[in-house]
Amino acid sequence: MVDPVVTSRLQFALTTIVHIIFPVMSMGLAPFLVYFTWREIRTRKPIYEQLRRFWTKIFAVSFVVGTVTGIVLEFEFGTNFAAFSTIAGELFGGPLALEGMMAFMLEATFLGIFVFGRARVGDRLYFVSSVAVGLGTWLSAVWILIANSWMQTPRGFEMVVENGQDVVHLVDPLAAYLNPRFPYMFVHMQNAAVESVALFMAGIAAYHVYRHHVRGTDVENVAFWERTLKIALVALILTAPLQVVHGDLYARHVYETQPQKFAAMEAVWDTESYVPEYIIAFPTSLDAITDPRAKELLGLGIPGGASWLASGGDATAEIRGLDSFDSEAPPVAVVFWAFRAMVGMGFWFILLAFWGGYRWWSGELFEDDLLHKSLMASTVLGIVAVELGWVVTEVGRQPWVIQGVLQTSDGVSPGLTGSETLLTLAGFAVVYLGLLTVYSYVVTRLIRAGPPTGDDLRSVSQASPPSEQPAGEVANDE
Amino acid sequence: MSSVETLSSGPLFGLPLSELWFALLFAILGTFLFLDGFDFGAGIIFATREDAEERETILSAIGPFWDGNEVWLVVFGGALFAAFPPVYANLFSRHYLLMFGILGSLILRGLAPEMYEQRHDERWQTWWGRSFVAGSALAPFLLGAFVGNWIAGTPRSFTPVGVVVGLTVTVLTVVSGVAFLRLKTRGLLRDELRAYGERAVGGYVLAVLATLAVLAATVPALRTAVLSGPVLALVGLSVLLAAGYVLALRRDQDLFALAASAGLTYGLVAVVALLVFPTIDPASGLTVNAAVVSTLPLNLMSIGAALLLPLITVYFVVLYSAFSGPAQPSEGY
Repeated sequence: MVDPVVTSRLQFALTTIVHIIFPVMSMGLAPFLVYFTWREIRTRKPIYEQLRRFWTKIFAVSFVVGTVTGIVLEFEFGTNFAAFSTIAGELFGGPLALEGMMAFMLEATFLGIFVFGRARVGDRLYFVSSVAVGLGTWLSAVWILIANSWMQTPRGFEMVVENGQDVVHLVDPLAAYLNPRFPYMFVHMQNAAVESVALFMAGIAAYHVYRHHVRGTDVENVAFWERTLKIALVALILTAPLQVVHGDLYARHVYETQPQKFAAMEAVWDTESYVPEYIIAFPTSLDAITDPRAKELLGLGIPGGASWLASGGDATAEIRGLDSFDSEAPPVAVVFWAFRAMVGMGFWFILLAFWGGYRWWSGELFEDDLLHKSLMASTVLGIVAVELGWVVTEVGRQPWVIQGVLQTSDGVSPGLTGSETLLTLAGFAVVYLGLLTVYSYVVTRLIRAGPPTGDDLRSVSQASPPSEQPAGEVANDE
Repeated sequence: MSSVETLSSGPLFGLPLSELWFALLFAILGTFLFLDGFDFGAGIIFATREDAEERETILSAIGPFWDGNEVWLVVFGGALFAAFPPVYANLFSRHYLLMFGILGSLILRGLAPEMYEQRHDERWQTWWGRSFVAGSALAPFLLGAFVGNWIAGTPRSFTPVGVVVGLTVTVLTVVSGVAFLRLKTRGLLRDELRAYGERAVGGYVLAVLATLAVLAATVPALRTAVLSGPVLALVGLSVLLAAGYVLALRRDQDLFALAASAGLTYGLVAVVALLVFPTIDPASGLTVNAAVVSTLPLNLMSIGAALLLPLITVYFVVLYSAFSGPAQPSEGY
């Protein structure tokens, strides 16, 4: 018979892995949309209206899919992790309720005005709506990451017996909610969202720029795509280096607060000092190649690198091995490889940012076809890196759902049967595959259709005096 | 730390916070059932319209609102989790498949209008139109079934009480959907809606009576509660509101009709709250006071709710006034 613990965990993994794509899109797009709206209102230039309207459509589709997949998560703690919810609810439920009231309400109501209401409200309320939507998406992240980071570095609580069960009691809300992990997570996640969207915009824009300038196909609205590419590059230059530098600090914090996770990230089984940072590694025995907990890695690494990174400069620092913990090790290979792939991509994004910046400076941004192809190939890699980062965070903390307090297997709803959880897991696999297909299809169609043009634009149809620019010359505001 | 000590020592201002949170929880549920209820109702009415422009108008009418309306369900889940974690855990894990049925229909309902507008070929729109109707009809039915099982305290997901409450809630969403769409549309559609509304509200009154009869017949523990004064008073009030609704429709006072349907929704939720109290999870016999979190988090949540709920009201007023008056079919996504 199927174990409901396994299916519940798989289902939660599936539903979060799919869900996170959409908040990344909406949180990452939010600052761009506020900027576009502000520039549109201030300058009345059609290019900003095009930018705002085009990216708002993609934002709106992402938001809707994010809403419906997010509600699933809100209820899944109760359906599948009832024991966890009962034990930790006093501390964990509050942030979720506040997320709903403080953040989600703000974004969902003003989204109505922002998406549908341009003709119905004045400039000021419209701009306020863009800020409210953006602020809402980021406040959502605050509360969700408070809840998650508390599970990684739990503080401010005590265990008491209530109704014959050990439950968490909140004793110090500031210590609990501003726990040590929260600021690391928030900066890393929000910067990642903006970086991912910058890569997304750059990849799509590079495709159109490449077709127009390199392949010689006449692309309508090429000025729009050129501008998008430049804006995305600015964002990438700002976010990509920060992500890697901050990631280094974050990893050191994990070493200090979750040594078991850090050991899994580096696949260290025996407590050692002068631990190398493996770039690639293989299990010494072929039998272990499919074992996610394979030991004895043989590989190519920088001597003392892991120790150096963990301690912030001391290559001889000791790293506690997985064998020294009482609890079972997390699936090491998954964490080890997800971490490496994420970090590798982080460096690749820095390269792309500097490469693009250099070509822009040298005046060859629209001619370098290798750059265009690299950007196109990296369109969704930011989102992939976010997924891998969450795999490190969430698989790496196993077997704990609350670090050192409650194991995941003890958090699953006691009354569940294997068959009902298998049924819903299969249902989600089908529905979410369909959801992703439909979402990709719609976003692709929106990209194909391109931005609105000509008389469709308010800034063109309202600018009646003949001295104003005609619709076709949107590029001339450089 | 002194403020934390103050907040841990007793309920804010000595208020009966557990009972207030119980009431607030049902008020949030009622707000969700009313606001998203008219979206569901509009989705069900969508099934009766063949004309492309009328269909677009219906989608435009709910377009700017439904996402915000649905957040009340998120807040309901969050508030239940924050204030009564064991109830959140028990209820949702007990009615496991029902919960995922609700979530599935909400996915369908949310996605379908967005997709419907993306392409203008017939097959695509037929398909997403049907999904929209199915999601809009199933969501209130399954939610009602969930609430019915909650009152009856049964561990089973499909029960006579569940079915009859599910039908009651579904009909109620049509009642408010008619009033909302009449405010948002003009012409033939608006004229025809009146007859739908009259039939729906009559069906609703019958469904409420049927619900009480089934509860009295199949749940012996609730027999006295069903026939108690406050419940019968609320049922009487509902009959009056139903009559007022019909009158308002006939006089073209659609806002009054919408207000009457709001009254019907909050009345129904109040009946549910009366039947459940003083327990909050009848199936496990858990009472409000046993299920509530300790003083400190309850005080903190109360401060949060007291500050945020008035703000949220402002957001909704801004949203609904920005889109007051009839919707245009072209205003869709």
